[in-house]
Amino acid sequence: MKIKLTINGVPRETEITPDEKLLGLLRREGYFGVKFGCGRGECGVCTVLLDGRAVNSCITFAAQAHNRSVTTVEGIGTPDNLHPIQEAILDHGAAQCGYCTPGIICLARDFLDENPDPTEEQVRDALKGNLCRCTGYQKYVEAILDAAGRMRKLSGDSG
Amino acid sequence: MSKPKFRSVGHNQRKLDGVALVTGKARYVDDIELRGMLYAKILRSPHAHARIVEIDVREARSLPGVCAVLTYQDVPRIQYTTAGQGPPEPSPKDTFVLDDKMRFVGDRVAAVAAKTPQIAEAALKMIKVEYEVLPAVLNMEHAMDPDAPKVHEIPSANGISIPERNIAAQVEVTDGDPGRGFAEADLVVENLYRVGYVHASHTEPHICITYLDETGRLVVRTSTQVPFHVRRIIAPLVGRPIGQIRVIKPRIGGAFGAKQEVLLEPLCALLTLKTGCPVRLQLTREEVFVSSRTRHPQVLRCKVGVNKDGIIAATQLDVLANTGAYGSHALTVQCNTGSKTLPLYRTLQYREGVNNVHFKATAVYTNLPVAGAIRGYGAPQGYFALDTTMDEIAHRLGMDPIEFRLKNLIREGDSPALLEQLGEGREGVKQVLKSCGLRECIRRGRAEIGWDEKRARRDQGPVKRGVGVAVLQQGSGIPGIDMGAVTIKLNEDGSFNLLAGATDLGTGSDTILAQIAAEVLGTDADKFSVLSSDTDLTPFDTGAYASSTTYITGMAAKKAAGKVRKMILDRAARMLSERGEDLVLEDGQVRGRKESVSLGEVCSDALYQHDQEQIMATASHISYDSPPPFSAHFADVTVDTETGRVKVLEYIVAVDCGTAINPQMAEGQTLGGIQMGLGYALSEEYIFDDRGRMLNPRFMDYKIFSAADMPRIKVILVDTFEPTGPFGAKSVSEIPTNGPAPAIANAIFHAVGVRLREVPFTPERVLAALKSRDT
Repeated sequence: MKIKLTINGVPRETEITPDEKLLGLLRREGYFGVKFGCGRGECGVCTVLLDGRAVNSCITFAAQAHNRSVTTVEGIGTPDNLHPIQEAILDHGAAQCGYCTPGIICLARDFLDENPDPTEEQVRDALKGNLCRCTGYQKYVEAILDAAGRMRKLSGDSG
Repeated sequence: MSKPKFRSVGHNQRKLDGVALVTGKARYVDDIELRGMLYAKILRSPHAHARIVEIDVREARSLPGVCAVLTYQDVPRIQYTTAGQGPPEPSPKDTFVLDDKMRFVGDRVAAVAAKTPQIAEAALKMIKVEYEVLPAVLNMEHAMDPDAPKVHEIPSANGISIPERNIAAQVEVTDGDPGRGFAEADLVVENLYRVGYVHASHTEPHICITYLDETGRLVVRTSTQVPFHVRRIIAPLVGRPIGQIRVIKPRIGGAFGAKQEVLLEPLCALLTLKTGCPVRLQLTREEVFVSSRTRHPQVLRCKVGVNKDGIIAATQLDVLANTGAYGSHALTVQCNTGSKTLPLYRTLQYREGVNNVHFKATAVYTNLPVAGAIRGYGAPQGYFALDTTMDEIAHRLGMDPIEFRLKNLIREGDSPALLEQLGEGREGVKQVLKSCGLRECIRRGRAEIGWDEKRARRDQGPVKRGVGVAVLQQGSGIPGIDMGAVTIKLNEDGSFNLLAGATDLGTGSDTILAQIAAEVLGTDADKFSVLSSDTDLTPFDTGAYASSTTYITGMAAKKAAGKVRKMILDRAARMLSERGEDLVLEDGQVRGRKESVSLGEVCSDALYQHDQEQIMATASHISYDSPPPFSAHFADVTVDTETGRVKVLEYIVAVDCGTAINPQMAEGQTLGGIQMGLGYALSEEYIFDDRGRMLNPRFMDYKIFSAADMPRIKVILVDTFEPTGPFGAKSVSEIPTNGPAPAIANAIFHAVGVRLREVPFTPERVLAALKSRDT
């Protein structure tokens, strides 16, 4: 079957099988920033945005993305134009192996869109579905709080 | 002491691969496309112990899209160890790529390569296997019984200690006169401690992709800590000389020891050689839990004798360890349970330099998942027993736990004789302690947590608070064994290539090596392109294990940079017509008394102008020292006496890693190690049914700490200078994992007066301990 969707702002038409997951579709299309960790929606490394909301792409059917917009980490910022969340993660030295990083960035993007001025506890609660074994999460939490400040400043400057 | 000023070392340099990591550009093993790649899947044993009577793969082979099916009949019958160590390998060679005997639920029966993962899965279901099910050893404490089933038959023994008794490995050492020490001690405390199976739980599952290059050489792209060991170990298994194999380590999604194992590479390569096609073999998360490697479960008997003035008279640690179905790291992990823990404390000395210490460890086979290397490497088990015992002695003597430890901890200049006897699988190397910030770690951690006030606190109500301490060391590389080599070359724009066999697993070692080299070469770390690791392109390294990379390979980077620096200055002296000793190399320039030249100009002169040569150098480094980093951990916890729930409110860790080459990364390593240690203490464990099948091989049921579960952690880096390390550095990566279990156990005792002697401290265990206290 064929579906239409937008990936990182680019309209696409692609052939899928009924049982195919969004994770498989995105990786097949070359979005390698989407990672496989458990295949059961338990670790969050496959997190992407579906119409702006964070989902585990390993348990989301590709068909569910029909006529919708998908954003992967590649669509959030690029090396020449980093998103404040990405900048903050670099400044805080939050990423180690980086395998969970794309999912955490997508999650944080959704979370900060909804909660522009969160508390530390809210950030920690939001992150609980994104497992990481390298970092103890602390520098990610600090980076996301920092990014929230940067984003508020940017939207304040432009508004 | 006046401290040297560094331009690169000691700064929070951004990771060199950081931008790639945060933008999804980083390429891990799976992030390539190869035309015609096949997907491999493994059929696994449903039985803990069984022999294949008959295996019929005809139907599977005839399924359209199936390109190869391998069973034990199709692979060379060569024994090897998956441990991923240097020769002579200290782990028994007890493993076949595929065998006709199954030794645990999840052992490899057969492998399929097919055009899609779905076809491969379907083919697995078509393989018909008739098993003779054998009695299984599912309890390590009965593995040595005379009538216990034998996990490995005698004829297949190859470095197994005593196969008739299921003993994979054993070690026993004595220093001084522990018998006399215990006899003369005023108080002897002896207890049993138990630790079970846990997993490293790296987020990237084990994965390997193999293919043939245009000349027919075998290329192995794999998520490994040990590319050079992989190349050497698989060569005989796949029937290719080492020179016909290339191993590439791209970005790695965490490893923590579990990817020191050479698990997937031989099978994946054999499928490529059989089909001529690229083959991808990735484990599912369930397979990672069940069939990769775990921390050795142990039963530890810890005995400490002490005089009434608080001086330790003798220590003894007896360990029974479960290596599971295969003996990967069976000897060396157990050696470390003693060698990384016992030398931390002095004992009463009857002769100078000799302590009264006895250590014995026996690693037995069972028909359960296989243990191996994992961050801490035996030390987390040992510290749970030893440090908790020290806490108990302090309590029994009526001493403050910190004061008791301070009386007995080692000091600079000490040379624990035990380490001369007890190396990693062989005799050790004499060590003299040259840097020790332990007392400063304790002093600062104690102040930060408010130890004195909190120890005096008394609570009302059902939720009790307590504070506990643990004191730790580790090592920095394996003395006399670990070797790292680095090549550095200069480019026309003043940039450098740094080629290292050392494997950055996410640890940040690429950046650390660049910072060290940049310091020597008077430039910035981001002037370096670091390539790690590729056995065709980078010099040798034993690999990322034993907390070795910063200390060992870092020194190789420093030496290689020193050689390059000399070449640069020699040429610049000729270019500037000045004397070498008048030149200064800094900010990418060689400054003479009159003029200066840039590094790029020096390189261009070398490549195109005069006496042409490539400015480059390679250096290797080994060390007969393995300087311990030191650490003090402090946990402030609550224990709910009605539910048994333990909650960590605050966690302080002070660590002496010598010079922190990159303080932010040293903190990051520490925070991650604490997360793993918190799971070990409180939530992580394998649960088995009565036939040896793991019941919880998924993150929903095997609980690692999430961001919401973590306490606030304060990391204090205590600066010391290790004279044998690069710019004073020691290791930092493994030591934090050792602390949470004993620190929390000691805090629980302070809160409610019961000793937890088995991890994890689940509500059930805490309630049971409270109940036994009250009855």
